[in-house]
Amino acid sequence: MTSASPQKPRFTPVSMLGLAAWVVLLIGLSWWMGQQAYHWLPVQASTAAPLVDGLFSFETAIGTFVFLGVVSVMVWVLLMHRADKYDESDAEPIEGNTRLEVIWTAIPFVLVMAIAVYAMRVNTTLGMLGPMEHIHLSNPVEEVGGYPGDRLPAEQVEVIARQWSWEFRYPAANVSSTELHLAVDQPVTFRLVSEDVLHGFYIPAFRLKQDVVPGRAIDFNLTPTRVGRYRLRDSQFSGTWFAANQVDVVVESGDDHSQWLETASRQPLQSGISDASLEFEQRAQSGRSGWATVPPAPPPQVNVPGSNLLPHDG
Amino acid sequence: MTLATFPADEPKPSWTRYFSFNTDAKVIGIQYIVLAFFFFLIGGLLAMIIRGELITPEADLVDRTVYNGIYTMHGTVMLFLFIFPVLNGLNNLLIPTMIGAPDMAFPRLNAVAFWLVAIFGVLLMASFFVPGGPAYSGWWSYPPVSIQNPLGHLFSGQGMWLTAVALSGLSSIMGAVNFVTTIIRMRAPGMGFFRMPVFCWTALAAQSLQLIGLPSLTGGAIMLLFDLVAGTTFYDPAGGGDPVLYQHFFWFYSHPAVYVIILPVFGIFSELFPVYSRKPLFGYVYVALASFIIVGLGLIVWVHHMFPSGVAQWMRNLFMFTTMLIAVPTGVKVFAWLGTLWRGKIRLTTPMLFCLGGLFNFVFAGITGVMLATVPIDLHVSNTYFVVGHFHYVIYGAAVMGIFAAIYHWFPKFIGRMPYEGLGKLHFLLTFIGANLNFLPMHPAGLMGMPRRVSSYDPEFAFWNVLASLGAFLLGVSIIPFLLNMISAWVRGPKAPHNPWNAIGLEWLLPSPPAEDNFGEHVPVVISRPYGYGLGKPLVENQEAIEQVLTAADLQEASR
Repeated sequence: MTSASPQKPRFTPVSMLGLAAWVVLLIGLSWWMGQQAYHWLPVQASTAAPLVDGLFSFETAIGTFVFLGVVSVMVWVLLMHRADKYDESDAEPIEGNTRLEVIWTAIPFVLVMAIAVYAMRVNTTLGMLGPMEHIHLSNPVEEVGGYPGDRLPAEQVEVIARQWSWEFRYPAANVSSTELHLAVDQPVTFRLVSEDVLHGFYIPAFRLKQDVVPGRAIDFNLTPTRVGRYRLRDSQFSGTWFAANQVDVVVESGDDHSQWLETASRQPLQSGISDASLEFEQRAQSGRSGWATVPPAPPPQVNVPGSNLLPHDG
Repeated sequence: MTLATFPADEPKPSWTRYFSFNTDAKVIGIQYIVLAFFFFLIGGLLAMIIRGELITPEADLVDRTVYNGIYTMHGTVMLFLFIFPVLNGLNNLLIPTMIGAPDMAFPRLNAVAFWLVAIFGVLLMASFFVPGGPAYSGWWSYPPVSIQNPLGHLFSGQGMWLTAVALSGLSSIMGAVNFVTTIIRMRAPGMGFFRMPVFCWTALAAQSLQLIGLPSLTGGAIMLLFDLVAGTTFYDPAGGGDPVLYQHFFWFYSHPAVYVIILPVFGIFSELFPVYSRKPLFGYVYVALASFIIVGLGLIVWVHHMFPSGVAQWMRNLFMFTTMLIAVPTGVKVFAWLGTLWRGKIRLTTPMLFCLGGLFNFVFAGITGVMLATVPIDLHVSNTYFVVGHFHYVIYGAAVMGIFAAIYHWFPKFIGRMPYEGLGKLHFLLTFIGANLNFLPMHPAGLMGMPRRVSSYDPEFAFWNVLASLGAFLLGVSIIPFLLNMISAWVRGPKAPHNPWNAIGLEWLLPSPPAEDNFGEHVPVVISRPYGYGLGKPLVENQEAIEQVLTAADLQEASR
């Protein structure tokens, strides 16, 4: 801060140079933190991920600069402006400085507006990619029913959220599963429904999240971009086994995906993954006491249960 | 004023007044604060269980149903039974003494508001012992989970929870009416709004928010209670209701609630930095007005809690902009505090350390707050531990630290004895390290995709959770020196003079502790702005004579 009192300008050329060097150092550090920020996030596995990560890196850099700037002033003050042990006197009374107050209103204003405009652009791009078009002011998708005819992505998957399991249905292939399989680089439209309470459809590697609201069918688009095994986590508290309501997402090549659908369609229906049901039975057998819970929905009957035990990409 | 003044040799009032329906704001203030810290210990114990469960990835310490009940009650107790009551306690102590009023405008309403807290506190605690256990749907209590009522009884933990929240709303509305009226109507002669201490400005701002916002939450909670016990379907899609409607009712209040918490803490910072820097508050008028800019903006940001809930794109963008704008008046305050510190004569007393630590944590929380405001990042990290880390930095790192600062600063005034500096500094050190160790690791865990409210998690999050748990246990320990300090200082601490910190303010022109009616009929006439450190201008008329009498009384007390 440059709150020099008008009577005694104490900023000599040397101190100005020191300040400038410090600011340059902070800018360097902030840029470095912005680069580090990419490592704090999961692998990028959808078209949305690089956009979100870029924005996060930008905000981390700006945030680092602001944080270090404020802390620098605090540390400087603590080192240089301490009262002597028996000094009971007051400091030089500076009541304010209109010019400074205007500056420290204007700069943060410009800064946050810049971030907001950047974020809004990312938002718009994400919207074009799909995930945010699910609801409009005048014509909510769920009122129309079915998939919007004007944009037909290659694959459509129905997602049914329950307490506490996920079921994925591929109507075109007549396949159902409790492990989500997607083809890489191929847009997919999810139709999210819940049979009981609020759930959250959240795949951290895709950077996207959408609440699943009972009584609504929400369309939600995304495009996976990296082959691998990821986690789908329930992100909206849904009751007792909320934490166990997680399944794997497998992104595979287009050929592998067709193969998988083909094999899956020939498999008989069987019980899908529901960790909650298993735990509920164990709990009943062991007689362990707890507080009240609603019982889990029975495990969905699916062609492919999949697995919850394989290592996934971080 | 209409209250009778008491003779000077009034016998010391009995301690039993703290357990009675007393209408003295100073008694009620201490009632609020002591009750709040009782619940702080309970909420803290619940936090210890949470962090004990989360120190390993598996759900192995308590049953999942128990975990869900405990995290729900932790949030509920900390917000409704600790932080709001403790702030109302400070309001009760500080507002009348700072503006020179003999008491609150409606003393009996004030006492009713306090005892309602005790009643709903007992109700919430009792809910641990009803069949089925307490509420388990989080402090948001989103339907339909919150209306599932697994046992189907008319009386359930969830029903008691909702009743308690409605009573809490009622109590806070009563409090808000009282504080707003007192500040507007009962200021000392000469104390125009722009001679009012910033704490009163922020209290006025925060309590206005309570008046505007609370009816929404209270009404929303009552409708939810009807859904739970009377079979209405306000929020149940099966009957044509909408669960997202509840989220609007809830956040319309519960986001401003954050400002209800943090604004008075800004007030505390604005009071204390000048005292311990020996300088006037930098840009007093702007700092005071910024509180009301925050009120205006704070009322139109609530949808940022619902970005993934299924709201339209235009709403997401609009509420992102309003949320970002809040950083501006908040920044004004932060920079004004830095300007106050700059070239001051800094004294690192316990209250000052808590203020500086709180400011440090608050700046960090502000930055993660701006990140959360931007829709694309929020879509990734909402409902993850990133959010948990963010708001614990705000609530614990900044607000609770500021509250500790206030307690150490004003303890001598209202208890009449000095707290111990050594214990205070130890308390600060443990709190500062514990809070950062507890809440910083939550951010990387959240960024990697660890959802909040989970009783188990994938092993890749274990490292950050172990760190957080260790920090939490350190925070648990940190409360011991605080309690030791408060209890021993109250019982046998050195007698406090009327103005131990050499601070400027009407409350410091009263004896420690003040008489029941404060200044009685001799309210001083305020002739200058607060925080006149180094300006050499007296705050009130005849200041020297008042000081002489008080100093003489201090000396007499000391020689006893």
